Amino acid sequence: MELLDNLALGFSTALLVQNVLYCFVGVLLGTAVGVLPGIGPTATVAMLLPITFSFEPVTALIMLAGIYYGAQYGGSTTAILINLPGESSAAVTALDGHEMARQGRAGPALAAAAIGSFFAGTVATVALAAAAPPLASVALKFGPADYFSLVLFGLIVSIALARGTALKALAMIALGVLLGTVGQDIYTGTPRFVFEQRELYGGIDFVSVAVGLFGVAEILRNLENEQTRTAIVSRVTNLWPTREDRRRIVAPILRGTGLGAALGVLPGGGHVLASFTSYAVEKRISKRPQEFGRGAIEGVAGPESANNAAAQTSFIPLLTLGLPAHPVMALMIGAFIVHGITPGPNVINDEPALFWGLIASMWIGNVLLLLLNLPLIGLWVRMLRIPYQVLFPMIILFAAIGTYSLNSNAYDVYAIAFFGILGYILIKCGCEPAPLLLGFVLGPLLEENLRRALIISRGDPSVFLTRPISAALLALALAALVVAVLPTIRRRRAAVFAEEE
Amino acid sequence: MERRRSFPDVLAGGIFVLIGGAFVVGALGYELGTPTRMGPGAFPLLVGAAVAALGLAIVGKGLVAGEVISFGPVPWRAVAVIVVAVLFFGFTIRRLGFVPTTAVTALLTTLASARVRLLTAVAVAAGLTVASTLIFVVGLQLRIPLWGPWLGF
Repeated sequence: MELLDNLALGFSTALLVQNVLYCFVGVLLGTAVGVLPGIGPTATVAMLLPITFSFEPVTALIMLAGIYYGAQYGGSTTAILINLPGESSAAVTALDGHEMARQGRAGPALAAAAIGSFFAGTVATVALAAAAPPLASVALKFGPADYFSLVLFGLIVSIALARGTALKALAMIALGVLLGTVGQDIYTGTPRFVFEQRELYGGIDFVSVAVGLFGVAEILRNLENEQTRTAIVSRVTNLWPTREDRRRIVAPILRGTGLGAALGVLPGGGHVLASFTSYAVEKRISKRPQEFGRGAIEGVAGPESANNAAAQTSFIPLLTLGLPAHPVMALMIGAFIVHGITPGPNVINDEPALFWGLIASMWIGNVLLLLLNLPLIGLWVRMLRIPYQVLFPMIILFAAIGTYSLNSNAYDVYAIAFFGILGYILIKCGCEPAPLLLGFVLGPLLEENLRRALIISRGDPSVFLTRPISAALLALALAALVVAVLPTIRRRRAAVFAEEE
Repeated sequence: MERRRSFPDVLAGGIFVLIGGAFVVGALGYELGTPTRMGPGAFPLLVGAAVAALGLAIVGKGLVAGEVISFGPVPWRAVAVIVVAVLFFGFTIRRLGFVPTTAVTALLTTLASARVRLLTAVAVAAGLTVASTLIFVVGLQLRIPLWGPWLGF
C-alpha cells in the first residue's frame, strides 16, 4: 500500500515535536485572529505570514496551514455568536447558527460545526493523499502550451464562482494579471513599469496586494457605518448536542463532506460554492424545510462540513499543479517560493517528507482544532468583545509592520495603502477583490508559459489548439466563459448568492 | 429597454480604462519583439488593451443598463487618516526607528474612527506599541533598530 507508506512518512515528519508545536501555535493564532470580527481567513493568513518566514520550510507550511484552518473555524464562531461572518463561506453558517444562538442553543451549533469540520477534514485529508500523486504525474506531462491553457482555464472558472457580474470579474482578473507584470521581465531582465525605482524591480509583493485588498479595504468598509456596529455576543451554555441533534447532523455531515471535497478543487472559491450548495441541498431534501433560517441544526452541520472538506481539497491543485484555488492558496504559493520551493508536480518527488508531512499535519491540525475550540470557547467569546476602535488600529499597524518585515522595503508598505484604496473603491463598485489577487499570482505563470510555448513552436500560435490537452482545456475555459456570461445562468447564480445578503 | 444609469459601473469601468490605458502607453516604450521571441512590452500591451477594453464595456453597460448598486457613504476621514498613517510608517520606519514610528502610526490610525476620544487613542497607541515591540522585535527578532538615525542613534 503506497498510500499507507506515504502517510507513514508524512506522520513521521508531522509528529516531530517542533512541527506539532507550531501546528498548534498556528491553529491557536489563526483561531484567535479569525475570531476577531471582520477579519477573514485571507487577511489572517496574510497578516501572520511574515511570522513563518524564519522557520524551516516544512514547519512554516505546517504552521500556515494551521493558521488557515484556525481562521476558517474562528470565522464560523463569529458567524454563530454575533452574526458576523468573516468571509462569504461562513455566511451560510450565520443563517441558522446565529438563529440557534438566539434561541440559547449556541453550544450545540458550535459543537455541530466542530464535529462536522473534524469529520470532513479527516475524510478530505485522505482524499487529498490519494488524489495528489496520480494528478501530479499527469501534470508532469504538461508542456508550456498545456500549462498556459490550464492557468487560463483556472482563471476563467474563478469568474463563474465570483459574485458580481462576469464582466467585472473578468476585468478584475485581467487587472491582476496586468499588475503582475510590474518588475523585471523574466526573459530579458528589462525593468517594466518601475519608474526608475530600484525597490520596484522585484515587482509588487503579493502580500501587499492581499493585505491591502483584504485587510485595509475591509477596515474602510467597516468604518462606513461605525455607529451601527454593536456586537451582542450570545451566551454559550451547554455545549453538548442533544440526542435528537446528534441524530439530525449525521446525514448532513456526510453529504456536506462529499460535496465539499468535490467542489473544493475548483479554482476561485470552491469552498464558498460548497457551503452554499450544501445548504441548498439540505433545505431541499429536509422533511422540515420551514425550519431552515429559524435555527435548523442541519443548516450548520452540512455547510460547515462542506466548507472544511473544501478547504482541505483546495490544496490539491496547489500541490499538484502549482495553481492556487483561492487567495489563501495564493499566499501559500508565496510561502513556498520564499522557502525556495516551486509548488507544482515536482514537489512530491523532490520533497516527499515536506509534501506528506504537510498532508499529515492537516489531519493533526483538525484534531487540534477540535481539542482547542470547544474547551476554549469562553476565551473566544471574550475576544469577540474587543471593541473595534482597538481592533482596527491593531490590524493596520500589524499589517504595516508585517509587510515591511518581509523585505525591509518601504514600497511594500506604500503598496498596502494603494491597494487598500483601489480595492475599497472597486469593492464599492461591485467588483470582488479575489479574482484580482488570483490574476496577480497567476499572471507571471501565464506570461512565462505563453512566451515559452511560442518560442518552442517558432511563433506559431496554433500550438495551443493542436496539442490535445491544451485544446481540451481551452474548450473548457470557453465553455466556462459562456456559462458565466449567459444571462439566464447568471440570474440563477445570483439566486444562489442572494441568501447571503 | 429601460435605461438604468449606474454611477458605480461608470466609475469602475473608468478605473479599468485608466489603468489599462496607462500600461498600454508604458508597454509601447518597451521592445515588443516578434511572436517567436516576444519582447518585454508584448504581454503587458496585450493585457493592458484587454483591461481597457473590458473597462470600456463596463462604462458602456453602466450608461445603458447598469448594475443597480448603491455606492453608499465614504468614511473620508478614515480613508485619509489610514493612508497618511501607512505612508508615514513606510517613510519613517528606517529613519525614526521601530518604537517612535509604531507609536505615531498607531496614534494616527486610532483617529480614523469618529468615535474615538483622545485619552483612549493615547492608551490604545501606547498599548499597541508595547505589544508590537514585544511581538515583532523581542519575539520574532525582526532586525529593525528600536531608535533610528533621526533621533541621533
